[in-house]
Amino acid sequence: MSASTTPTQSTPDSSPTGAGDVASTVPAQAASAAPATSYEAKFRVWRGDAEGGDLKDFAVEVNEGEVVLDIIHRLQATQASDLAVRWNCKAGKCGSCSAEINGRPRLLCMTRMSTFTREETITVTPLRAFPVVRDLVTNVNFNYQKAREVPAFVPPPGVAAGEYRMQQVDVERSQEFRKCIECFLCQDTCHVVRDHEENKTSFAGPRFLMRVAELDMHPLDAAEETGLDRQTTAQDEHGLGYCNITKCCTEVCPEGIKITDNALIPLKERVADKKYDPLVWLGNKIRRRTTG
Amino acid sequence: MATGTERPQLNTGVHDTSRAAITARHLRTDRWWLAPAATAAGLLAFIVYSTWRAFGNAHYYAAPYVSPFYSPCLAQNCETMKGGPNLEIFGGWWGISPALIILVFPLGFRMTCYYYRKAYYRSFWASPPACAVAEPHKKYSGETRFPLILQNIHRYFFYAAVLVAVILTWDTVLAFRNSDYEWGHMGLGTILMVINIALIWAYTISCHSCRHVMGGKLKHFSKHPVRYRLWGWVGKLNHRHMQLAWASLISVALADFYVYLLASGVFDDPRLF
Repeated sequence: MSASTTPTQSTPDSSPTGAGDVASTVPAQAASAAPATSYEAKFRVWRGDAEGGDLKDFAVEVNEGEVVLDIIHRLQATQASDLAVRWNCKAGKCGSCSAEINGRPRLLCMTRMSTFTREETITVTPLRAFPVVRDLVTNVNFNYQKAREVPAFVPPPGVAAGEYRMQQVDVERSQEFRKCIECFLCQDTCHVVRDHEENKTSFAGPRFLMRVAELDMHPLDAAEETGLDRQTTAQDEHGLGYCNITKCCTEVCPEGIKITDNALIPLKERVADKKYDPLVWLGNKIRRRTTG
Repeated sequence: MATGTERPQLNTGVHDTSRAAITARHLRTDRWWLAPAATAAGLLAFIVYSTWRAFGNAHYYAAPYVSPFYSPCLAQNCETMKGGPNLEIFGGWWGISPALIILVFPLGFRMTCYYYRKAYYRSFWASPPACAVAEPHKKYSGETRFPLILQNIHRYFFYAAVLVAVILTWDTVLAFRNSDYEWGHMGLGTILMVINIALIWAYTISCHSCRHVMGGKLKHFSKHPVRYRLWGWVGKLNHRHMQLAWASLISVALADFYVYLLASGVFDDPRLF
């Protein structure tokens, strides 16, 4: 990922030619009643850095079919050549252009301008849970730090890497979590760290608790055989108990992953098995004794 | 010299000194407050109504219908309900409303339910009030400490809720009698009780703990095909857990209110056959 601070190549404007062709074939009255395909939108974009900053107003051209990232690029090209924005694929797959649009964590490239009225002012700010670098670019190192804290997949003993065999029904649960594009919108919106900076040391955030869940559900993960208890560490080291399942992570996920229902709550139930359920504890003891 | 762009002198959460200097707690322009406000209003309405009915200790039986708030009746001071849920486990020393004994279980089930937790954390405790809207609290420890760590006992309330649902199912079967306790009859109350018990079962079974018990805890679905299938079914219901939570909450209040109207003589139960 890279932060672009220079004007990018202009995005192709498809509307003028096409719109003109259509307009020439319809009666003049109908053409004048139809909404114009281009209009001028009111934008407020946060400009600044770690020292301070402010929301700046812009009036900028919008064409049919464009997304917010197109407008940010047009701002760079025409009015604010030093506007910093991180972006890459422009297809909702790289997770680079995360920002907040009208106060909601969104991908700039996946937010269509047609979802706003022409009259409203669209406010674009950087992610508000992470340290700001400049303009719309934030430092997301917190997430990489948390990623490193989750122990990796533990290969099953005695099975060579090419010999792993798994049933589809056993892996499809965690395949949902593999759709994650690491945009960190869930991390940004989670109030545990967004509203409480001090919790960042003890809380991994929904994205990485989902990673713990994925590994704990993995049919071949041999962590337990090596003495690594993913369920206990989810609670004790990754801060699962901080999650109060208010589902904001699920609401903002651009991949539509049901983070809360399919990862965090199942993980909480697994932790309850291990730490808070004396019946399960007793059952496991008896089973171990009879099989051992 | 002040330039007007300096960082606001607040240093917690979104106003932390490392973050973008934006004074507003949020910049949302939609009606984000509507959902928590509606949730709070709905839950408050139910709390007021159920408190009035639970402490009322009257008008909870109109043969052949018993209010779901008073079933099973575990004290001796209950009305006699022929063939009904008179289980006098608590004996004669219990002097106040018997509803208060049994309501602990469905109340505990709903209080620790993953959906209701989201609902009341947002609407009553503003933690957070809505996504990306800063919460007003200075400290936050979530469900790591007492008392909220007790949310982890949800599964025990689930087991109790299943038992209560079994008894309410028997009450619904008893509703296929007339007021003289003859079988093979139906009234408007029977329909209401059937709808109510269907919604209560759907809500109970769609619970996340049930999903976990059915198969969610497994690592190898392929070795447990029956539990895998059960897990899948519960999962489908679980997608509607919120809707079922509200529908069953409303239906249980309506069923109780219907019994109250009959028992207090406001009108007679319209009989179908």
